[in-house]
Amino acid sequence: MIVAEQKPLDAVIDLLSGHRKVLAVGCGTCVAVCFAGGKKEVGMLASALRMARGLDDQPLEVDETTVQRQCEAEYIESLAEKIGAYDAVVSLGCGVGVQFLAERFPETRVVPALDTKFMGGPTEAGVWEERCQGCGSCMLGSTGGVCPISRCAKQLMNGPCGGSKDGHCEIDPGIPCAWQLIWERMDKLGRLEELMEIQAPKDWSTSRDGGLRRVVRDDLRLPKADED
Amino acid sequence: MTTTSEFEPQIVAFCCMHCAYAAADLAGGSRCGYPPSVKIVAVPCTGRVDSLHLLKSLEDGADGVMVAGCLSGRCHFQTGNLYAKQRVEHVRGLLKEIGLEPERLRMINVSAGMGVQFAEHAKEMAEAIAALGPNPLRARRATAPAEVATMEEAS
Repeated sequence: MIVAEQKPLDAVIDLLSGHRKVLAVGCGTCVAVCFAGGKKEVGMLASALRMARGLDDQPLEVDETTVQRQCEAEYIESLAEKIGAYDAVVSLGCGVGVQFLAERFPETRVVPALDTKFMGGPTEAGVWEERCQGCGSCMLGSTGGVCPISRCAKQLMNGPCGGSKDGHCEIDPGIPCAWQLIWERMDKLGRLEELMEIQAPKDWSTSRDGGLRRVVRDDLRLPKADED
Repeated sequence: MTTTSEFEPQIVAFCCMHCAYAAADLAGGSRCGYPPSVKIVAVPCTGRVDSLHLLKSLEDGADGVMVAGCLSGRCHFQTGNLYAKQRVEHVRGLLKEIGLEPERLRMINVSAGMGVQFAEHAKEMAEAIAALGPNPLRARRATAPAEVATMEEAS
């Protein structure tokens, strides 16, 4: 899932400065299950905004709604008929949701209430950890299912580095060394031999350096009429 | 009590039916008075009290909110009172960000047999809230009525 957390209330209040009537839009998918932007969090933020602005004698009307997914046009279309009634939209979606709302409703200001953190999941109640950086060329098959891109501070292809100590990373003793985990996992799988092969430098052209990335599936696109 | 005739704090008390609600009942049965402005809402466990309930109570004009749960380690559902404690702390932090006094929200822990202690807690809270004064949001609403938020979202 995409993991996010709410911005400090002051930051959201600053973003909404000058607005008098806003629509708070939650997202019922990733940010709902990480308790950052679902229906309940929309209620909390809306209530907090109304109270904070009320105490400043600058009342803010905040209506609440939550769509199943902000990152798909079909789900946000339901907002079209009412969005014109608001000065601005405060999105409790991830960065993708905010942008899809802004693209669909170019006449309306859309501001984020969340900081999008990473792709990951819960490791215990109330704790989420990163697991993927979307490098575009997954190498988990050769690292025992442990990702050195997202979990190694140096993103080493041939670890561990000299800073690995007692199974933990030198940058933070609270972080397990990814390459220690990889070694232990490969050992359990009986595939330690594979780690003896030197990995070539990773091809980063599939990662973040080329600007906007796109996935195209021709088999799923709307078919064009046959020419013959 | 230090409350004045001009201001009687309205306090919403979310009381666990296994302990604090029975304690409040016992306080009444024992003729051990506590301020009538403490409005009791029975809940099956304080673990059911959501952060949204606490926030909306204050947004809708309560001067104070009390969450009254079982003694530590005595929750009928094992950990409901511990969850409630964490939520109360979380919302107190949020109240600070909002600009409302965190002291308007507190949690107490009593057993079903602690009627006298419940009454004391209620009196003490009423006094503390009286010292803080009315919920400033209620005063503003009196001059400029705002749309009343509902608690449907929390259900």
